[in-house]
Amino acid sequence: MTNTKSRGFKIYKIVTLILSVLFWIGVWALFSHRVNLEFLLPSPKATVIALTELAKTPEFWQISGLSLLRILSGILIAVALGTIFAVFTANIHTLDSLLSPLMTVVKATPIASFIILALLWIDRNTLPIFITVLIVLPVVWSNVSAGIRSVDRGLLEVAKIYRFSLGKRIIKIYLPSVMPYFLAACQSALGMAWKAGIAAEVLCTPESAIGTQIMNSKVYIETTELFAWTLAVIILSVIIEKLLIFGLKKLAQGLHVSRKEVSDANA
Amino acid sequence: MLTLENITLKYGKNTVLDRLSYSFSEGRITAIVGESGVGKTSLVNILAGLLRPTDGSFTNTHGKISYIFQEPRLFPWMTALENVATVSDEAKGREMLTLMGLEDSLDKYPAELSGGMKQRVSIARALAYEPDIIFLDEPFRGLDAERRHNVSKTVFELLRGKTAIIVTHDEADLEYADIVLKLSPAPESKLIRIDN
Repeated sequence: MTNTKSRGFKIYKIVTLILSVLFWIGVWALFSHRVNLEFLLPSPKATVIALTELAKTPEFWQISGLSLLRILSGILIAVALGTIFAVFTANIHTLDSLLSPLMTVVKATPIASFIILALLWIDRNTLPIFITVLIVLPVVWSNVSAGIRSVDRGLLEVAKIYRFSLGKRIIKIYLPSVMPYFLAACQSALGMAWKAGIAAEVLCTPESAIGTQIMNSKVYIETTELFAWTLAVIILSVIIEKLLIFGLKKLAQGLHVSRKEVSDANA
Repeated sequence: MLTLENITLKYGKNTVLDRLSYSFSEGRITAIVGESGVGKTSLVNILAGLLRPTDGSFTNTHGKISYIFQEPRLFPWMTALENVATVSDEAKGREMLTLMGLEDSLDKYPAELSGGMKQRVSIARALAYEPDIIFLDEPFRGLDAERRHNVSKTVFELLRGKTAIIVTHDEADLEYADIVLKLSPAPESKLIRIDN
């Protein structure tokens, strides 16, 4: 009975999502039709055709691959550093006091300021990685810190009574407790990473990058191409997000974090 | 050996235990009774090494310790059997859960169990560990009257001959205790034997 209800709810959610997407594409098509100038607002059809044409060229895959590599590298470095920082700051109060203002400043500073400043020091091919790290790191750090602090003290006392080793404590208590926070951090950080990474590419124009193509489209008023590259970013972002979250959920299940808790964190 | 020497415990300005000394008997079930807030749970937490006294010292030469807390304290991401098997092998876990009448709930998560069932899993975990000494703090709270009778009987039978310290408000538990101590409040806390 519950399974049937849950399946029904899933189908309802998928149908609602498809209808919502179709609704907004319809709104876009309507506006585009009203404006009737491709260089001001290309239609969804023209955008898809432009993207299909781009996808036929090997350059498209090379450019997309390199942008993807930069952004994924940034995400991985930020996730690793954010987690390590969180482990230390959650346990050492002085370190937390020291790092908190810095993270607040990083979160509040406009990305453009960082990009322009960092351009003076960092190679333009590496800069998008640095910017992605800068944007993702505070999100991962604050979420994982909150996760570590949320660990049930009662369970740690149980671990103390039954003499759990440090490894056993980490696997049986810390990882399952922190995982929902970590998943939520990854989910919100992924979208931000793409925005920040592509913005950095637009401003520093690396040799092969989606951001550079977007900048060129703007310079040559190729609005349809600009939309096509933007659509490529959205598609890549969604695919990577789904793949990464799927992988992390599998890992979470392996660590005995129940499905309910993971989905609660993602809700 | 389990002894307390001039144990004092303060929470801010509030003195909970004051210069308490006592030497617990080995291989006996000792019940500690007393008014609410007198410091019974704090005392057991000190004995179990979970709480550091403000002053004084205690000696516990027992190796393996078990503790049945007032609340179940189960790992929510583990099934009943996995919870018990974190401290013992699976066969022992199965045996203890069956003894607690939970043979049909081995694969259920804590969220799928009632409060009383969760507490029984917690009891099974403490017993499966096969401790040298066991602390029990209101261990049967949350169990319905009939279940409580059966579970307490089983637990005390298993504890016979072991060193066990039980904090209880329930008269029924005292029947199983070899020694009954009343904790008098600070100042000058004392454990006074009242069973003879």
